Amino acid sequence: MLNAINISHIWVLDQDQALDFYVGKLGLEVSNDMDLGFMRWLTVRVPGDPTRDILLEKPGPPAVDEASAQQVRELITKGASGFTVGFTTSDCQKTYETLKARGVEFTQEPTEHFYGTDVGIRDPFGNHIRIVQLAARPVPTPAG
Amino acid sequence: MGRAVEEINRRMLRARDAMDRTFAEPLDVPSLARIACVSQAHFIRTFRATFGETPHRYLQRRRVERAMFLLRETHRSLTDICMDVGFTSLGTFSRTFRDIVGVPPSAYRRRGAPIAAPTCFVMAWTRPAVLDKREPAGRT
Repeated sequence: MLNAINISHIWVLDQDQALDFYVGKLGLEVSNDMDLGFMRWLTVRVPGDPTRDILLEKPGPPAVDEASAQQVRELITKGASGFTVGFTTSDCQKTYETLKARGVEFTQEPTEHFYGTDVGIRDPFGNHIRIVQLAARPVPTPAG
Repeated sequence: MGRAVEEINRRMLRARDAMDRTFAEPLDVPSLARIACVSQAHFIRTFRATFGETPHRYLQRRRVERAMFLLRETHRSLTDICMDVGFTSLGTFSRTFRDIVGVPPSAYRRRGAPIAAPTCFVMAWTRPAVLDKREPAGRT
């Protein structure tokens, strides 16, 4: 049966703007950037983790008809694309400060929870991304 | 047409994210409208058209949701929780909480059990969403 996740997908509204964000700000690296003629096959990955690619795909015809693509774009920009992708970090606070200095938009500041410390960010289009520093082992929620 | 909708959606989302992130601060319509880069009247109307509720209602229910979380997961006093989530008067907090949740904060605390889910999902899925019919159209 299945072994692993090797590729997942994020709708982006502009692939150059997506590169600027996912590579320029988040620090991912480009694993594929190929002009297939009918589409630009653009994938990124976390440096050091070559087994998992994220496809940055633009909705549009003929794969998605223009009216549907417009609906997709409207849903993403109002934050209705749900939970897009989650990354891990070894230092959530430091990552938060780095990304903040780079102008990344946050939905949540670093917050401690039983599973670790995490932050929420938006990509330029409205997709919601989480970054977590996992606790060494789950800890009970501290009673304040 | 389409691009204009996307741009305005994104601005409204930016203001809604600000409410999710800084609900404990004294947020008002002028400051949220500034975040969204639109006029105050335009902000309230457009936010409602985008998300189906006014900014005021969204923020009130965000604050109540965070209060529900603190009541379930901590031993902090009602007064502390009231201030923690951005209410300035215990009376307003208790009344608003009861109107939205159906029971007073103290009763909710007695019956509440911790939810073992990531914060973002708790925030997204447990914010009380039942329509408050007493809120007249267009009110902030």
